Amino acid sequence: MDLRLSAEQEQLVDAFASLFAKESSAERVRAAEPDGFDRALWAHLLELGVVAMAVDEPAGGWGASLLDLALVAEQQGRCLAPAPIVETQVAARLLAALGTPEALTAIGPALAGERMVTLAVRPVRERVAGLVPAAAVADDAVVVAGDRVVLVPLEGNRTAVQNLGALPVADVTVGSGATVLASGPSALAAHSAAVDEWMLLTAGALVGVGARALEIGIDYVKERKAFGVPIGSFQAISHRLADSATAIDGARLLAWEAAWAADADPDRAPELAAMAFAFAYEAARDSTYRSLHFHGGYGFMLEYDIQLYYRRARAWANLFAEPGAVYRRVADRRYGAAGG
Amino acid sequence: MDFRLGEKSDAFRAEARAFLDRELTPELVERVYRSGVAHDAAFTRKLHERGWLAPGWPVEWGGQGRDPLEVMAFSEEFGKVHAPMYGIGTTMMVAGIIQLIGTAQQKRAIIPRALGGEIVIVLGFSEPEAGSDVAAAQTRAVRDGDEWVINGQKMFTTNGHVADYVFLLTRTNPDAPKHKGLTMFLVPMDQPGIEAQAVFTLSGERTNITYYTDARVSDDWRIGDVDGGWSAMTVSLQLEHQGGFASQSEALLDHLEAWARRTTDEWGRARIDDPDVRGRLARAATETEVARLLQRRAAWMAHEGVTPEGEGPMAKLFSSEALERQAQDFAELVGPDALRSYGDPTAVEGGAIEHALRFSLGTTIYGGTSEIQRTIVAQRHLGLPRAQ
Repeated sequence: MDLRLSAEQEQLVDAFASLFAKESSAERVRAAEPDGFDRALWAHLLELGVVAMAVDEPAGGWGASLLDLALVAEQQGRCLAPAPIVETQVAARLLAALGTPEALTAIGPALAGERMVTLAVRPVRERVAGLVPAAAVADDAVVVAGDRVVLVPLEGNRTAVQNLGALPVADVTVGSGATVLASGPSALAAHSAAVDEWMLLTAGALVGVGARALEIGIDYVKERKAFGVPIGSFQAISHRLADSATAIDGARLLAWEAAWAADADPDRAPELAAMAFAFAYEAARDSTYRSLHFHGGYGFMLEYDIQLYYRRARAWANLFAEPGAVYRRVADRRYGAAGG
Repeated sequence: MDFRLGEKSDAFRAEARAFLDRELTPELVERVYRSGVAHDAAFTRKLHERGWLAPGWPVEWGGQGRDPLEVMAFSEEFGKVHAPMYGIGTTMMVAGIIQLIGTAQQKRAIIPRALGGEIVIVLGFSEPEAGSDVAAAQTRAVRDGDEWVINGQKMFTTNGHVADYVFLLTRTNPDAPKHKGLTMFLVPMDQPGIEAQAVFTLSGERTNITYYTDARVSDDWRIGDVDGGWSAMTVSLQLEHQGGFASQSEALLDHLEAWARRTTDEWGRARIDDPDVRGRLARAATETEVARLLQRRAAWMAHEGVTPEGEGPMAKLFSSEALERQAQDFAELVGPDALRSYGDPTAVEGGAIEHALRFSLGTTIYGGTSEIQRTIVAQRHLGLPRAQ
C-alpha cells in the first residue's frame, strides 16, 4: 500500500494549483457567472494541455492516468474554476476509445482546442439530452441516442439553461445535423465507461469543493466570536466540522482508489467510480451546508464566497441523477442488472 | 499510489483465514457467545503455537516482526468472524506501553509472559463517575513504604474476572490539577483486596465492575513516574483509538446480500431486484468501503512511521457509526423477521441483524466515544479551539 503521490503528480498538482490561484480567484469565478465560463482561463488551460493530457499517446495525447486527472479535478474544485475540464477530457477519451473514422476525425480539433467537445452523461429522451454539461459554451456534444453514439453540433441545437450552480449547461436537441460516431453494444459500453470516468473525475472535483468549503468554515469559526469565545470552541460546531473532515478524507481516498483501480483492478473500477461519486457528493453537500450555516447571517449574503461552494457542489453532482439513482448504479455494477 | 496491502499481507490473510476455518469451531463460537467472554484460553494457546499472539512485535520479543499492513490484514479476518481476541488485544496493548515506558525489570517480567500467552492484562481506566473524562479518576493510591495501597472502583473492566493484572489509572495527588496527580500501576489481580463483579451488556458480552479495597501493589509495578500517569494514558488512548469496524460491516453486508438473493417479496420478486433494496445495500457497501479505506490509511501511516493522531480517530468514528447505521437500516429493511434473536432457530441469517443492532451500540462508546473522537479530530487535526 502506498498513498503518496509521485513527484510528477506533485508537480502536476502544483502547476494547476498555481494557475487556478492566478486565473480562478473568487472575483473571476463571480465575474464568470451566470454562464460559468471564463474564456481567458480556458485559453491558459489549453496552453497547459488540459484536454490533450487526458488522451493516450497513440491518439495524439499525453497519456495521463485517471488518477492524474482526478488530482487536477480536485484542484479545479477547490477554486470552482469556471471551465469545462472534466467534460472535455472525458469526451476526448471517449472519441479515442470509439476509434471509428468519424470519431478520429473529431478528435484532432478537440485536442488542438479548435473545437470544444463535451459529453452528455444522460441518454436522450424524446430527442432532447437534458442539462448537458458545458453545452452552453462548447461546439459539439457526444450524445447517446438509442443504440448510437452521435456527435451533435451545438450551434442552433441548444437551449442554455439558467441553473443553481451557474454552470454552462444546455438542453440539446439531437436532429438531422448529428454525425453517427459508432453504434451497437460496444459503442454503448464505451459511452457507459466514459460516464464512469466522468463520475470519477467529478468525484475528484467534489472532494476539492468540499475540502475548500471546510477550510473556509474552519477559518471563520476560529475568528468569529460569540458569547466571548470563538464559536469553533462550541461542540455543536466543531463536531460537525470533524464529521465533514472525516467524510472528505474518506471521499478522497475512495476517489483515488477508484482512479487507481481503472488500471490496477478493472473489474471493480466501475463500481468504485459510482461509489466515489455518490460519497463525494454527500461529503461536499454536507461540508458546504455546514460551513455556510456556521457563517450565520453572513453565510446567507452573496458577498461571502461560501455560497459559491454550496451551489456548485449541488449542481455538479445532480446534473447526472438524483443520489438514489447513483446508488442503484453502484448496485448494477455490484450485483448485475436487476431482473424481474 | 497503490491500494493493495501487498503480497505479504495477502499471504498472511490467507493463512489467517485457513486457521480460522479450522480453529474457530461452531462449539467455540457458541461458548464465547454463551459466556460473553471474548477470551478463550485454548484458542489463545493455538494462536501462540502459530506465533500469532503479537505478529507485529519484533522477533527478539517473541513476535514475528510483521509490518502494520500485514497485521491489518490479519486483524480484518479475525474481526470479520468475531474471533475471541479482546483479552489478547488489551494484554498486547499494555505490553506495548511497558515496552515504551517501562523499566528493564518490568519489561523482562511482563513482555515474555504476555507474548507467551501466559497472562491476561485488562484495562482499569473508567470509573462510575469518570468515563470520557477519564482524567477525573478518583481511585486512590497512597504510598506505604515500598508499596502502594489502592482504594476505589473501576467500570467496564472487561475480562477482569479472568485476568492476571489490571493496568490501573489511579489518583496519587488529589491537590494537583486533575491531569497532574495521576499514576499508572500494573496491579496483580490475585489478591484479597480486589473483587470483580459481573456486568452484562446488550450484546451479550460480559464485563465487570472491579472493586479495590486496600489492594496492594509494589512500587516496582508503577508504570511511569509518580503523578506522571497522564503521559502513559496518552500513549494508551492513542493505541486504543486505532482500528475500527469495517470488517464487522462487511460481514453484516454479506448476510444481507445473501438474504436479498434468497428471499422474495409478496409479489414473488427477488429482493435483490427491488430498487429500494439495491440502493440501500449499495449505500452500505459504499460506507463499508470508506470505513476500510480510513482504517487502512491509519495502518499505512503507522507503517510509514507516522502516528495517525487524527486519522486513527477518524477511522474509529466513521467505521463504528457506519456499522450502527447499517444495523438500523437493515433491521428496517428486513422488517419484523429481523427481530428474531441471534441463536433462535427461526432467525434470519442466524440473527445477524439482531446481533448487530446490539453489538454496534458498544462500538461507538468503548475505546473512546464518538464525541471524544470528534473532539480529538476537531482540536488536534483541524486546530479548532478547545471548549471553555
